[in-house]
Amino acid sequence: MQMQEDLQNYNFPDHKGHFGPYGGVFVPETLIHALEDLRDNYEKLKNTPSFMEEFHDDLKHFVGRPSPVYYAKRLSEMLGGAQIWLKREDLNHTGAHKVNNTVGQALLARHMGKKRIIAETGAGQHGVASATVAARYGMECVVYMGSEDIKRQASNVYRMRLLGAEVVPVESGSKTLKDALNEAMRDWVTNVENTFYIIGTVAGPHPYPMIVRDFNSVVGEELKTQMPQLIGRQPDAVIACVGGGSNALGVFYPYIKDEGVRLIGVEAGGSGIDTGKHAAPLASGTPGVLHGNRTYLMQDPNGQIIETHSISAGLDYPGVGPEHSWLKDIGRAEYVSANDDEALEAFHKLTKIEGIMPALETAHAVAHAMKIAPDMSSDQVLLVNLSGRGDKDMATVATASNIGL
Amino acid sequence: MSRIKKKFEDLSQNNRRALIPFITAGDPNLEVTLKLMSALVDSGSDIIELGIPFSDPIADGPTIQRASERALAGETSLSNVLDLVKTFRETDRETPVVLMGYANPIEALGVDAFVARAAEVGVDGVLVVDYPPEESSALNLALKENQIDSIFLLAPTTLEARITDVAALATGYVYYVSLKGVTGAGHLDIEDVSKRVEQIKKHVKVPVGVGFGIRDGETARAVAQVSDAVVIGSRLVEEIEQSEAENIIKNVEGFIRSIRKAIDQV
Repeated sequence: MQMQEDLQNYNFPDHKGHFGPYGGVFVPETLIHALEDLRDNYEKLKNTPSFMEEFHDDLKHFVGRPSPVYYAKRLSEMLGGAQIWLKREDLNHTGAHKVNNTVGQALLARHMGKKRIIAETGAGQHGVASATVAARYGMECVVYMGSEDIKRQASNVYRMRLLGAEVVPVESGSKTLKDALNEAMRDWVTNVENTFYIIGTVAGPHPYPMIVRDFNSVVGEELKTQMPQLIGRQPDAVIACVGGGSNALGVFYPYIKDEGVRLIGVEAGGSGIDTGKHAAPLASGTPGVLHGNRTYLMQDPNGQIIETHSISAGLDYPGVGPEHSWLKDIGRAEYVSANDDEALEAFHKLTKIEGIMPALETAHAVAHAMKIAPDMSSDQVLLVNLSGRGDKDMATVATASNIGL
Repeated sequence: MSRIKKKFEDLSQNNRRALIPFITAGDPNLEVTLKLMSALVDSGSDIIELGIPFSDPIADGPTIQRASERALAGETSLSNVLDLVKTFRETDRETPVVLMGYANPIEALGVDAFVARAAEVGVDGVLVVDYPPEESSALNLALKENQIDSIFLLAPTTLEARITDVAALATGYVYYVSLKGVTGAGHLDIEDVSKRVEQIKKHVKVPVGVGFGIRDGETARAVAQVSDAVVIGSRLVEEIEQSEAENIIKNVEGFIRSIRKAIDQV
């Protein structure tokens, strides 16, 4: 592939929702009309100035955007290499990048006349963000969550309920994010006429990967203005954790044509890639079809989806957004992994040295920055998307340290 | 002439409707599935839909998902399912067999390899739930080349223009999903089904089967009145799930006979 030339014309997905061989609309017939309707409404609304003004107005006054960029000076000096800068998505209302997308999709739902929203959640961040916008716009909200995740993220479950959402435990399969997604799809198949499904990541059938990417791209767009003001140029590399991949694509997408900026996605290495107990489909999976799109998956040789493992519920997913699969194949983004122990170590370091407690998902990105910074020079800049805060993870971290709370 | 086409022509000459039961291959194990296939034929079934188990069946309700889980606990693979059809064909060369499942196990085996093997063992039709026409051209082409029917779903939400598109590709029969919901849901509106089947028949030349939400003789008879074929899945899988091992065959035969009787009253 002639990469330089092609990247300047990068324009995905195509009109059928494909990113090269990935993406698409792999759904039962019942959902086809709803997806076409969503696609047409989105195409119309994203070119309607009043809709985009409404979106940006809520991002400013309800979410608190733009989020600041912070130089982690003490951490950088301790590592003795590249400068580590943090895009502070953890400071958003509800504590993570997830709210950017839910504000956008809830506004879409309102314009399409849907009064009931449903969502799936892993760590609970997307569920909380969905319940929050449902409260904000006066909509009914049902959140599907694996019963295993409900145990791991009890405080987020209570938050959702306080916000007026119904949290439905999912007992099927591995009882985690993928099963919650299955159940949300089933709800949508059944209630497709009055219900808007707010997907929380850049996966699922077209047009979701595009819509979620576009709404989250506000993060990267802000950076492209902020970084020249702060350091006089764009960073050398942008680093983000990848589960489904929405926070990563939110920062990667605006930088795709800036070829001098390395894009590094960090998957969940779990107990280690070689143990098989991880959630890193880009590192060790193969392409297949799940949840409405073709993408890299964790699957067995017979095409059955296998159980994943990660200390962070938000990364515990056997697939990944189709655009990441494409960016991997064309070589525009690099995908690496950080395992549970490395993420935990990064969690503690950032908390103690900078006074910033990252979500365990985010800690994977921090871990990779800590890994590569020492071998780089002090005039190089690593920008880590600090996608969420770690308050929700205190019980998990305490358990990992053998401490009872 | 394909086995499916011949079956519908024979039925039509006798003014009868087709009874199409669905069971998941490998539930509770492949040995029992083989016996069940013969039992289904003996008790009055016309075409057998055989489910390929998948770990994440998004269009199915809890009953069929559990059937998939039981089959996967026994490590039933798509290759095993194809072998099962081969064994079934040693004793039954007449009854059409349709494989129904999800895209990923087929892609894992490889679309062309799957179709070649399906043709070799005597599969008559393939229905892939998450392969709408726009994503399945490779499979449809391979099926056509091997004279295997491409079965498509139509839904209450399918617009008329799209019915025309599906009609151009569909062979064997089309499967009308009678309600907005997953398999095994229970709120069938016969009047609505009747109107929709009439609309579908304006465009589709192959027979129209109706499934999702058929639970007993009464609903089966009502659906038979307005369609060419009655598909019954979740309720049958429930029968398998709830029967003691030694009674599965007997109970399934009894259930299918009762449905057959109801349908034949039309």
